[in-house]
Amino acid sequence: MTNPTITVGNGAEAEATDVADATASPRHHLLDLDDLSASEISDLLDSAEGMLEITGRDVRKTPALRGKTIITMFFENSTRTRVSFEQAGKILGADVINVTASASSVSKGESLLNTVKTLQAMQIDALVVRHPHSGAPYFISNYTDAAVVNAGDGTHAHPTQSLLDLFTVRNHIGDIAGKKIAIVGDVLYSRVARSSIIAFQKMGAEVTISCPNTLIPDEWQLGTVLDESTGFDGLKLAKNVDEAVDSADVVMALRIQQERQDSGHVPTLREYAERWGINSERMALANDDALLMHPGPMTEGVEISSDVAHGAQSVVEEQVRNGVAVRMAVLYALCAPGKSTRVSSGDEA
Amino acid sequence: MAARKLAITGGRVIDPAQGIDMISDVLISNGKIVEIVADSSGESYGDYEVIDASGKIVAPGFVDLHTHLRDPGQEWKETIITGTRAAARGGFTTISAMPNTDPVQDSAAVVDDVMRRAATDGVVRVLPIGAISVGQKGKELAPMGELADSGVIGFSDDGNPVADANLMRQALSYSVELGLPIINHAEDKKIAAGGVMSAGAVATRLGLAGVPAAAETVMVTRDLHLADLTKSRLHIPHISTMGSLVALRTAKESGVDVTAEVTPHHLTLNDEWIFGLHGEVPAIVGSEAYDTNTKVNPPLRSRADVEALIEALSDGLIDIIATDHAPHSATDKVCTYNDAAHGINVLETAFSSVFGLVDVGKISAVRLIESLTAGPAEILRKDLGSLKKGFSADVAIIDPGNKWVVDPTQFESKSVNSPLTGVELAGRVVQTIYQGETVFELNAVAGAKQ
Repeated sequence: MTNPTITVGNGAEAEATDVADATASPRHHLLDLDDLSASEISDLLDSAEGMLEITGRDVRKTPALRGKTIITMFFENSTRTRVSFEQAGKILGADVINVTASASSVSKGESLLNTVKTLQAMQIDALVVRHPHSGAPYFISNYTDAAVVNAGDGTHAHPTQSLLDLFTVRNHIGDIAGKKIAIVGDVLYSRVARSSIIAFQKMGAEVTISCPNTLIPDEWQLGTVLDESTGFDGLKLAKNVDEAVDSADVVMALRIQQERQDSGHVPTLREYAERWGINSERMALANDDALLMHPGPMTEGVEISSDVAHGAQSVVEEQVRNGVAVRMAVLYALCAPGKSTRVSSGDEA
Repeated sequence: MAARKLAITGGRVIDPAQGIDMISDVLISNGKIVEIVADSSGESYGDYEVIDASGKIVAPGFVDLHTHLRDPGQEWKETIITGTRAAARGGFTTISAMPNTDPVQDSAAVVDDVMRRAATDGVVRVLPIGAISVGQKGKELAPMGELADSGVIGFSDDGNPVADANLMRQALSYSVELGLPIINHAEDKKIAAGGVMSAGAVATRLGLAGVPAAAETVMVTRDLHLADLTKSRLHIPHISTMGSLVALRTAKESGVDVTAEVTPHHLTLNDEWIFGLHGEVPAIVGSEAYDTNTKVNPPLRSRADVEALIEALSDGLIDIIATDHAPHSATDKVCTYNDAAHGINVLETAFSSVFGLVDVGKISAVRLIESLTAGPAEILRKDLGSLKKGFSADVAIIDPGNKWVVDPTQFESKSVNSPLTGVELAGRVVQTIYQGETVFELNAVAGAKQ
């Protein structure tokens, strides 16, 4: 089974099946950023620019996806991602229905498989899924005709988060190639870390990570650069956070969960904050106009200090705003095949 | 059963227990082996029914020391009937029923019931394995003496490791008088920490929690030292890591009474199979990835581990192959990788999958067959796994040139959870004879099970 990819632009650089014709409506998925080439990512970001303009209008509505049904199916708690997808779909004129596991028949023991099959029987166009198990969206994509959008699967991937991070960085510093990105936080358990590393590397940036040795895979070694065999060719593993942040153009802090202390990965969150927390001293080591990013939710005082979180270099709120635009671009690309994904202001798609 | 006379003629008879590897005829009467006749060209066997085995390999029926029949308790996955039929189709004439049923086989009552039903319903021989601990909970020893009297061939809590080192020590020590091995599923669950596949680059790429090899190696090492301490018999099930092999070699060299088994899947598959492309590593992870048919415990390991296991089996460090046949229904496998049950459906593909290693020169046909026949029989200390005169007429006839594509819908097993679905294998069991009766024969008739 070939892996379908998003067709963007004129589909000229799509990697898998071509779009046959607009009426055939082939379904494609966004399961991971692996699927997309650098130019496809660029196209999506270009599309997001147009979407961003729409979100700034007085009347935030276009009929681009009118008559389409989008279901968000979240098996994990979420504020920003769910609301972001819902708003994205609604601005584009789609009917968005939210399903949360606890309020669905899943709590009565209905299996994931049957849940998906039930929804599939209802003629839906897109299924936005967040699930605590890595690979769940891949599993689901085998049982539905709808376009499956991965809104976060286990510790594997969160592609739309990384797209909005790229979008945010691009808007501030332009060409991402050659820029220095520092990601500080739990890599082993973070799907955001994994997707962001892939995303920034794909766009040509130099990515460095820093975290306790317990939070990288056993086969990685701090103080080394990874090779091709790992799938993260060129990824730098800093010996300490100061080394990672030094001269960085972007510093991304990731949340460290209480569970990591409970499972013995870090002694205390206090020690984590002391040794890896992004505070103003550490931000000062980065470039003067470096961006401070965080996917949220933030635990201020642990991985990030309050003054840095709300300081001049922080683009955290912008990330959230950009999330809607980027998700609009993704939903449009998946649910309106055969058309140009660029929605310029004033156009009706 | 009449005094049926069979003559299996013209095949390459491989009986490692007798050091036989030659074209010869096997004569069977009244359910027993009569003799092996060499240089038989032109001989006719009067009133014997002749099975022409020219071009085939004729081996003793295979003996499996590790089979999950799911019966009693999980009959929707497999039963004694379907499991023994599956065994026959794979060339196995003896299988050993692991006790992790429901109820657990931790008392004579349950074991005797299984044996009674196996005797009437089973298509091949079923030997019982008793639990090490009551309910396999790892807290108190099961009544091992009583279980021995019921005929168990060893003790295992398989599925569960005996985490309490003291209990493991006592189990080993207590078993000495009974002369039966303790078969411990070696896995330190704390080190495994909820991993669902082997740790490594594939797990990292797929975002699946990984089990380090150390989780097995640490407990194998512990068990070897305890076996040494208690001068008891230890049998290591489904050995899978290089570290375990190193510890095993040291222990054997110092005279520890230990034997070890390896599964067909640990000899032929690795963690790259979880991408769902039969071992190919894709540039882009597709919807076929996270193939739950690859989820097994111990997990499929790295290429390097696989090479080491093949070499260890070939040189005898690993004594035998055992299937760890673990059928699961769709409910337990058509789901996310995390939710899927551990286990691979093995009996019907076991021989063929490993026979591929003979083709590429990694192991000899004789050693392979030895690891499925004489080797297990020696551990059982029973008159099985050989075509010696007077032994039960259990025979597997193999067509080495028969290429076939694995199609689990054709399995005799109730379940279809095989990662080899759609894979072409070469070398196939075409007929299985148990106690002188044919219990499986590959049919060329359209519609019949292929």
